[in-house]
Amino acid sequence: MDFQLLDLYTLVPEIFLLIGVSVILLLDLFLSEQRRDVTFFLSLIVLILTSILPWVFYDAEPNVIMNGLIVSDALGAALKSFLCVLIAVGLVYSKNYLQSRGLHRGEYFSLTLFAALGMMVMISSNHLLSLYLGLELLSLSLYAMVALQRDSARSSEAAIKYFILGAIASGMLLYGMSMIYGATGNLNIEAIVSSILANDADETLLRLGVVFLIVGIGFKLGAVPFHMWVPDVYQGSPTSVTLLIATAPKIAAFAFVLRLLAEALGHPSLQQDWSQMLTVLAVASLVIGNVVAIAQTNFKRMLAYSTIAHMGFLLVGFMTGSITGYSASLFYVLTYVLMALGGFGVIVLLSRDGFEAEELSDLSGLSQSNPWCAFLLMIILFSMAGIPPTIGFWSKLFVIQAIVDSGYVGLAVLAVMSSLIGAFYYLRVVKIMYFDATEPLDNAVTYRTGLAIFGVNGLLLLGLGLFPGWLLALCQSLIESSVRTF
Amino acid sequence: MITLSHYLVLAAILFSISIAGIFLNRKNIIIILMSIELMLLAVNINFVAFSHYLGDLSGQIFVFFILTVAAAEAAIGLAILVVLFRNLKTINVDDIGEMRG
Repeated sequence: MDFQLLDLYTLVPEIFLLIGVSVILLLDLFLSEQRRDVTFFLSLIVLILTSILPWVFYDAEPNVIMNGLIVSDALGAALKSFLCVLIAVGLVYSKNYLQSRGLHRGEYFSLTLFAALGMMVMISSNHLLSLYLGLELLSLSLYAMVALQRDSARSSEAAIKYFILGAIASGMLLYGMSMIYGATGNLNIEAIVSSILANDADETLLRLGVVFLIVGIGFKLGAVPFHMWVPDVYQGSPTSVTLLIATAPKIAAFAFVLRLLAEALGHPSLQQDWSQMLTVLAVASLVIGNVVAIAQTNFKRMLAYSTIAHMGFLLVGFMTGSITGYSASLFYVLTYVLMALGGFGVIVLLSRDGFEAEELSDLSGLSQSNPWCAFLLMIILFSMAGIPPTIGFWSKLFVIQAIVDSGYVGLAVLAVMSSLIGAFYYLRVVKIMYFDATEPLDNAVTYRTGLAIFGVNGLLLLGLGLFPGWLLALCQSLIESSVRTF
Repeated sequence: MITLSHYLVLAAILFSISIAGIFLNRKNIIIILMSIELMLLAVNINFVAFSHYLGDLSGQIFVFFILTVAAAEAAIGLAILVVLFRNLKTINVDDIGEMRG
C-alpha cells in the first residue's frame, strides 16, 4: 500500500494529460489568432495519445497504488481510453461551430482537457478524496465552459443554474461522505469495506450517509427529482459544450456510482437500501423524462429529457446490485454516449454562422438538403428509441433481461412501457426530417471531416447492433475482473 | 462536556440553514453563493469532529482539500455571476428564467 516510484508508471496517462494540457495552455499564449488551429490539433494529439497510454500501462487485476488513493484495473483502462476518443471526436465535430462563434480559443481546449483529466481521476479512484477531487475538476471545468460564450444571456443563465445545482450536489455528496467517514473511520474504499464487514460501522450513520450520497448522485446524473438543471443547461450551453456534457461525463458518472455504491457500499444489507432508492429515482426518470420530452419543440431540450430517461434506464440496471446488472448498465452507458455524440453532433454540424439548428422545425426538409445527415440521424434516433437492428435495442434488452433475472418483473414492464412512449417523440423527429418539407433549406453541410466521422459514428450504431455479442462479453469480463463485489 | 453529537447537531443545523437559504431565497444570487459556502463549512465541521473523536487524521486532510476546492468554486461562481449581470443587468433570482418547460 505504501508509495513506490513504480506506482507512477500506472499513472502515466494522467500525468501525460496534465503535462500536455499545461504545455497547450502556455503555448496558446504565444500563438496569433490565425494559428489557433495549432492548439486544436495539439489537443487532439494529446487526447489520442492519452487514449492509447492506458493500454500500455495496464493491470489485468485491480492494483491499488498511491497509498490507496488510486486503483488501476481493466475497467478503468477501457473507460479512460474510450472517453478520450469520445472527447476527441466531439472536438472534431465542433471545429467549425467553435470558429463561427468565437469560441475557437485556447481556454476552450484546455478546459476540455482538464475536464478529461477530472474524469480519468474519477474513474480510477479508490478513495473518497480522489473521487471528490476528480468530480470537482470535471464540474468546475464544465461550469466555465458553459459560460464561455460571454455575450449570450442564455448561456450565462444556463451556467449559473448549472453552477448552483452542481454545488448543491457536491455539498450533498460531501455530507454523505462525512457520514460514511464517521461511521467507518476510513476514507479508503477497501478500508470502508473491511470496516463494514467487521461490523464496526455505525448502522444509522452509514444509512444516513447513503441517503445523502444517493441525492448527490441523483443531481449529478440528472435523475428525477433532481433533474431541473438538465434541460436548461443542455438548451442554454453552446451546442459543442452540450455535446461534451452529454457524452463523456456520463461514463465518468457511471464509474463514480460503481466505485461508491457497488464497491464501497455494496454490502447486502446496504445494497437493499440503495437499490430501493435508486428504483424510485429510476422509475421517476423513466416516466417524467419520456413524457415531458413529448411536449418539447427545441431539439436540444428534447434530447435533454431523453437523457433523463436514459439515465433512468442506467439506474434500473444498476439497482439489481448484481454483476449482470452492472454489465448491462455499462453496456447501456457505452452505447448511449455514442448515440448522444451523434445526436448532438448533428446539431453542431448543421449549425452555421448565426444559425443554431436546435429547433425541431429546423430539421424539416433535412432529407432533401442533407440526405446523408438525415439518414444517419434516423439511425441514431431509432437507436435511442430502441428499435432493432440498432444497438439501442440490445442495450435496452440487456438491462431488462438483467432486472427480470433478479425478479423485478413489474419494473421491467414499466421500462418497456416508457420506452414505447419514448419511441413516439423520436419517430416524430424522423417524420419532420422526411415528410415535413415545407420549404427547401439551403443548409447543406460542407465540413467533410465532420461528416465522415459522423458517418462512422452513425454506422457504428447499426454495425454494433448487428453484432452486439462481443461488446456484451467485453462489458461482462471488465466488470467481473475489476469490480470488487461482496 | 462537549461531545461528538454536539458538533454533529451544529453541522446539521448549519447544513439545513444553507439548504433553506438556497431554496427559500427569492432575492439575490449572492445569497445563494453564501449558502453554498456555508454548506461546505458544515461538512467541514463534520469531518473535523469525526476526525478528532476517531483519532484519525485523514478527515482533517480532507478538510484542507474541501477548503481549497471551495475557494476555486467561489471564484468560478462569482465570475459566472459577473457575466450574468453584464448580460441581464440583474441578479434577482425571479428575473432569471428565460428557459422553461
